[in-house]
Amino acid sequence: MNKITLKINDREIITNEGRTIMEAALENDIFVPALCEHPDFPHKANCRVCVVEIDGRKALATSCSTLAEEGMVVRTDSERVKRSRNLNLEMMFAEHIEKCATCIWRVNCRLLDLAERYKILITTFKDRKANRKTYKLCHSIEIDGTQCIDCRNCIDACSKMQKINHLEVKGKGVNQEIVPSEDKKNICIDCGQCALHCPVGSAQEQSSWEEVEKVLKDGGKTVVLQISLAALSSVGEEFKEEATNDLFDKIIGAAKKLGFKYIFNDNLPNLITASKLAEQISEKAIDETVITSSCPAWVKYVESYHPEFKDRLSRVKSPHIVAGGVIKTHWAKKTGLDRNDIVVVSVLPCTAAKCEIKRDDINNDLNPVDHVLTVREFAWMIKKNRLELQKMEPAEMDLMFESTVKAPMFCASGGETEAVFSVATYLSNGKKNDKLVQDEKLLFSLRGFKEVDIEYAGIRMRAAIVNGIGNIGKVLKEPEKYDFIEVRACPGGCVGGGGQAFPTTAKSRKTRLDVLKKMKGGDILKPDLEILDWIKENGLEDKILY
Amino acid sequence: MSSILDKIKEAGLVGRGGASFPTWKKMSSVAKAMEDKGLNKCFVVCNVSEGEPGVKKDKYILERYGARVIDGMNLAIEFLGARQGFLYINHHYHKELAKKLEGLVHGTRIEIFVKPVEAGYIGGEESTAINVIEGKKAEPRLRPPFPVEKGLWGFPTLVNNVETFYNVSLVNSGEYKKTRFYTIGGQANNEGVFELPEDYTIEKVLRQTDNYPDFPFFVQVGGDGSGEILNDKLLEKCAGGAGSITIHKIGKEKPKDLFRNWTFFFYSESCGQCTACREGTYRLHEIIESDKPDWRMFFDLLLNLKDSAFCGLGAVVPTPIFSYLDNVLCKFNEADIDNAEMKEIIEAYKKIK
Repeated sequence: MNKITLKINDREIITNEGRTIMEAALENDIFVPALCEHPDFPHKANCRVCVVEIDGRKALATSCSTLAEEGMVVRTDSERVKRSRNLNLEMMFAEHIEKCATCIWRVNCRLLDLAERYKILITTFKDRKANRKTYKLCHSIEIDGTQCIDCRNCIDACSKMQKINHLEVKGKGVNQEIVPSEDKKNICIDCGQCALHCPVGSAQEQSSWEEVEKVLKDGGKTVVLQISLAALSSVGEEFKEEATNDLFDKIIGAAKKLGFKYIFNDNLPNLITASKLAEQISEKAIDETVITSSCPAWVKYVESYHPEFKDRLSRVKSPHIVAGGVIKTHWAKKTGLDRNDIVVVSVLPCTAAKCEIKRDDINNDLNPVDHVLTVREFAWMIKKNRLELQKMEPAEMDLMFESTVKAPMFCASGGETEAVFSVATYLSNGKKNDKLVQDEKLLFSLRGFKEVDIEYAGIRMRAAIVNGIGNIGKVLKEPEKYDFIEVRACPGGCVGGGGQAFPTTAKSRKTRLDVLKKMKGGDILKPDLEILDWIKENGLEDKILY
Repeated sequence: MSSILDKIKEAGLVGRGGASFPTWKKMSSVAKAMEDKGLNKCFVVCNVSEGEPGVKKDKYILERYGARVIDGMNLAIEFLGARQGFLYINHHYHKELAKKLEGLVHGTRIEIFVKPVEAGYIGGEESTAINVIEGKKAEPRLRPPFPVEKGLWGFPTLVNNVETFYNVSLVNSGEYKKTRFYTIGGQANNEGVFELPEDYTIEKVLRQTDNYPDFPFFVQVGGDGSGEILNDKLLEKCAGGAGSITIHKIGKEKPKDLFRNWTFFFYSESCGQCTACREGTYRLHEIIESDKPDWRMFFDLLLNLKDSAFCGLGAVVPTPIFSYLDNVLCKFNEADIDNAEMKEIIEAYKKIK
């Protein structure tokens, strides 16, 4: 890699050839603001706040899209830069009606951060989008036109990344607006990547924290919180920490403080899901393909875009729904509670689950899950109640049943495949398979499309693992090539879920994955509960299957 | 026998769309991009979108010399081995000339592509034209890569103005006489499109065409939107840009009215992609329409456009206004500054200069 030398604000900087000015500056702790720039997408350079002055150039340049060059002399703080940056920020503020008081994005809002940093007047210009509409996408996302700064990250997320094309830019000039596609074929799958990439909270989850808070305040109900490990490991990010498992006990402490009576992780339902799929694997015909159904955005994708695959999907509900069913029946009975007095809240890195819990085939005789909170909403509740995470009294996770089940990788792409085949091996010969796959690194990598050969009970099986629905093409073309197909609609799987902590980038997806790997230890999932019998004995089949 | 590229280079042909880029350079960039990337496919686009008020020469050329234009395109297509050519045409012109043009492109690799009405002024910018032909939103692309490297559907693409292709044909047949087309309008005595030597000064063009005013005047050169304003002492240079000269009688329009027209044009035509232009032209328009315009902010917004607009069209929004201030308003004698508003404008302008 060739090195180049340039000057930024009179400081000599050495960087790799091919880096942008923004990258070179940030590497050296020189701050450059960014709104439309996101490492998940190609440069758009439309917000114009990252402009810098380069000696010898007539106009300012956007540092996000301009490559650093040998000998370049760059200023990030000249009078011209300040004028343009501040004016562009002030004008964007006039596109964004401040709803900060009730906005969970407040803590993440890039625009607000920049206003504070540069001491800009947010009322220089009159708001011009007061009459814009809010579009609700199912029960998952809302696009609030009164807050949109036209950066189009949501468009990139929906079209370039996920290839769903549900969101579109309509109109020209100041009349442009982000709208749901008029083309009825471009159905939203509730993945929430638009919200995860919105710098100002114009695209947001439809919030449930108010309802949850009300239930907690009103009292009288036993409020049960279940939190997936992919969510638990990133909650700290909302408190300026890196993804970590060191904060688990404090997060649980905070949840107890908020009034959640019982707090469960997702190990048990993950095991149940894996076991039901393992059962399917062991019973499957040679030419049959088992396709996962634990990702609600994927299920909606199949139903919306490829109904012909619908019957080939596994009938297992997603883990938090499975758990909700168990909690409100078997666990309620065991604990001596009336199921009508139990409220189940799931904290997930997922927005699609908000829609999922309203499905007719899930929300039938009992609501297995009453509310879904994203990582951001849950963190917001902690902050809103002025709880300092670092100072929380540590508390322990409750156990739904006596069990030592561990399934930390389930939320990571490849994790479900591993879990299913581990259990399937036990089911077939009662033994643990130490070498399930040749290339474990590939199995758990963040690559969007992975083909893995699995040794299972002396047979070689072929699995396809997709994360990021934009990568689904190859699998749909030849599904029969595979014995098993695992799909997560979000890039990186649930570590990159639409309900994840903000911001989410390739780097944070990797860090979160590493946390899960660290927790994995030497254990391979073992059905030590005789879980399948247990389900049958307790009459829980219908709580688990569609 | 020398190639068309050599002939163009020798003739010193430059683009007639406004940027005056050497035609041979652009053409050889396409050839080079194909070679570098090992591609056997490229495209040629002839730009007849003519969306800027005050410029009428593209239509004039297409009406009279359509066969020459198509010949010029064919020469480029042949030289580059282009897969296809597009005649990217303003819908008004297409309405009038469709039949004739269809006859001309028959049997060639050229397809007529009608620029949709809503693509407007920005639709004439070359990377926008590429987006429009691809069926995408009418807005410019981030550069680099430039269209010559990565244009239509990712392939190297040559986009030239209609006059450029006309000249290519003339150069090829040895008939190029270093002339260009001037659109003369405004308070002109003899308005119209005129073909005259390209090295004529603006003054000479005006005199030769019987358009030199006998009243105090200034001109806008290169388009009624983005063109530069020059007073009568500055006419010793050649007309740049798209070669239009629009005559204004001094005193006929108030400075504020001129500013209003210019900013309204850009406000209505902004594609909306970047903050500086989308919001900036909106705020300029808002300031002009307000009872008490904040001139300081008005000029700051213009400087911001110059410095931080996404594309060249956003960057030229200040051109007519600043050059009018420099070359007309600030040259007035004290006695000619007859109202408070003019004073205010000049005061505010001096502060940002």
